[in-house]
Amino acid sequence: MNLSFSAEYEKFREEVRQFLAENWTEADRAATPDAEGVGAMTGAALRTDDRATEFRRKAIARGYMYRHIPKLYGGGEQPPDPLKATILADEFRRARAPFEIMGQGPSMLAPTLVVHGTEAQKQQFVEGTLLGRIRWCQGYSEPNAGSDLASLRTRGVLEGDHWVVNGQKIWTSNAQDADWMFALIRTEPDAPKHDGITYMLIDMKTPGLTVRPLRQLTGDADFNEVFFDNVRVPKDSIVGERGRGWYVSRSTLKNERALIGNATFARRTFDGLQMMAQFTEVRGAPVIKDPVFRDKLVELEGHLLAAEYNGHRLLTAGGRGEDPGLPGIVTKLHTTTIGYHIGKLAMDMMSDRGCLAPGEQNAPAAGMFGTGYMWYFGMALGGGAPNIQRNVIAERGLGLPRDPRR
Amino acid sequence: MDFGLSEDQVLLKDTIHRWLDVECPTTRVRAIMESDDGHDVALWKGLAELGVTALGVPQEHGGAGLDLLEVALAAQELGWNCTPGPFLGSQMAVTALVESGDEAHAKRWLPAVAAGDAVLTFALGEGLGEHDLAKLATRADGGKLTGEKPLVPYAQVADAIVVAAHDAEGPGLWLVERGAPGATFTTLSGIDMTRRLAMARFDGTPATKLCGGTKVIERARDAGLILLAFDCYGGASRCLDMTVGYAKTREQFGHVIGEFQGVKHQLADLATDLAPSESLCWYTAHAFDHVRDKAERHAAIAKAHMTDLFDRVTRYAIELHGGIGFTWEYDLQLWWRRAVFDRAFLGEARYLRARAADLAGW
Repeated sequence: MNLSFSAEYEKFREEVRQFLAENWTEADRAATPDAEGVGAMTGAALRTDDRATEFRRKAIARGYMYRHIPKLYGGGEQPPDPLKATILADEFRRARAPFEIMGQGPSMLAPTLVVHGTEAQKQQFVEGTLLGRIRWCQGYSEPNAGSDLASLRTRGVLEGDHWVVNGQKIWTSNAQDADWMFALIRTEPDAPKHDGITYMLIDMKTPGLTVRPLRQLTGDADFNEVFFDNVRVPKDSIVGERGRGWYVSRSTLKNERALIGNATFARRTFDGLQMMAQFTEVRGAPVIKDPVFRDKLVELEGHLLAAEYNGHRLLTAGGRGEDPGLPGIVTKLHTTTIGYHIGKLAMDMMSDRGCLAPGEQNAPAAGMFGTGYMWYFGMALGGGAPNIQRNVIAERGLGLPRDPRR
Repeated sequence: MDFGLSEDQVLLKDTIHRWLDVECPTTRVRAIMESDDGHDVALWKGLAELGVTALGVPQEHGGAGLDLLEVALAAQELGWNCTPGPFLGSQMAVTALVESGDEAHAKRWLPAVAAGDAVLTFALGEGLGEHDLAKLATRADGGKLTGEKPLVPYAQVADAIVVAAHDAEGPGLWLVERGAPGATFTTLSGIDMTRRLAMARFDGTPATKLCGGTKVIERARDAGLILLAFDCYGGASRCLDMTVGYAKTREQFGHVIGEFQGVKHQLADLATDLAPSESLCWYTAHAFDHVRDKAERHAAIAKAHMTDLFDRVTRYAIELHGGIGFTWEYDLQLWWRRAVFDRAFLGEARYLRARAADLAGW
């Protein structure tokens, strides 16, 4: 075990700082939204304009971003190194420079294409996705296929050179802005349910495809219903073999759990919470001086540190080519639970003003914790509801028998 | 950068694990528990032959010269096994001797500890939850120690006790040898019978002063907190393992109970907190030797965190076992008792978290 920021890492930090100073100017910084704000917490503060793209290309060439994606397809291609990853995240945030795009395209689709895609698909999609120029949504859930995803019914029938797709997807995050969808479509209705599904890439501009926004608990509308009415998808737009989509999607889902399970979100909100507790007064004293809140903050920090170090362990295990087992399977449930508790503690710390809505300037930190609190409900559900996670942990992690299910 | 155990560390852990599995089954744990002094000399000698008592002792004093992480991995295995004995206090005293830089004392005691010929212990707290070193009431004056230490692990077994006390210069450490006049010990009955406690009274007892002051006491205390955290991880992992095993075989309503989601989800929740906590323990032990500015706060946070978890895991383990889990014969009670000691000794979670908040400057 070697975890210290040794001279090698201090040198790396200096290199990163110098790169940022040379390539992301004061003017660039001024034109970029504050990375500590609400947007950052929800993953929305992203620049994908030409200037940001030019910068990202340089950073990728240096191996500073998308380190897990081969250079051939537009990634940084570096061995996993949690300390370097931490240094990069810190320094890019401090410089308000564009960093990796957190979203389903870069985090889920790109790694899946690298493994399962055709050469043409990799060339067409991966780099553009990493740069945020091709935006994706995920077409998995259906009204009657949520936790039991494999019972999905949106049909694809091969007619000549095209799949003709009919059906409906739901809870499709960011479909309103997406250029493409990666979707699971039933193409072999007579096969056993897991073996009749194909992984398909669908252009959102295809005639017959309709997006209808759904308003979520937060009051915003980031997710949608998507309807398919004789949508014609070119025959070669499938990833992996016909009927093998379920298994292709498993690798994507694992990437999503890693994305949602990443402790970075929780760390960012925890640091914000700490700051708020120092600068918010309740009953004439800073909240941070309240012994109960101090106790709860440190208790939460224990969970957060465990999540962060566990993240380092997973990266190291990945680099060694080891399957981390249980420590990998639990991360999503672990970190989203921490997130929920951070949000809840924040609401309590604001005392009466905890009832003010996000964006209300009279609330501490402009109510951003209200948004965080609400967001964590969604994050706990994305990629599999908590009780589904618990089944996976018990069955795959602890080796307990499966529940009765068909 | 490398966040994981090295091959050597894994080998060390596995070796201790397998040895304890064979040499110290719970029948032996119970026999030691029910013995007068709770210390099995043959077992201790065996651990010494395995190298366990030498891990943290510097090479120039006959030890392996390894970091606290290696010592802590041994503590984890002792926790998994519920091994009775004076390991914790002895290691805290070793840390004090090493950190003090006191060559004379180190030379006199460390080779004997490494070889398993001597057992040390550490006397710190004075009861009533007071852990402020400035408030220690035990006094040293002219090489004589006077005061009362109400919770000393294995005081009657130890060949020497390292005692935290005050003299005119402030807090420091003194060493009292076995049989020193004016030292009396009262056996206490504790919930955890695998870690014995005594009240020690010193009345003008001859003692020699170690080099170093407050900082050395704090380092020994932090080593103790970290070893307790690893003991919790080992013990909690064992209880979870036992309960998962039970859930796979126990049948009710015509099914093994591990098929029921109520059972599964409770076990999954425990695993969800326990699995990542191992990394917190690793980092904390690593910090003790290599990231010193983070060590004290991490030790407090990790001990609080792990004792919460150990308590929770033992509670649900007993609950999920049903009536059998509440019997004397069934082994779960051994770990529940151990969890009680781990939680209380060197300060409860609330106190440790308050200290961590202070250390953060909040």
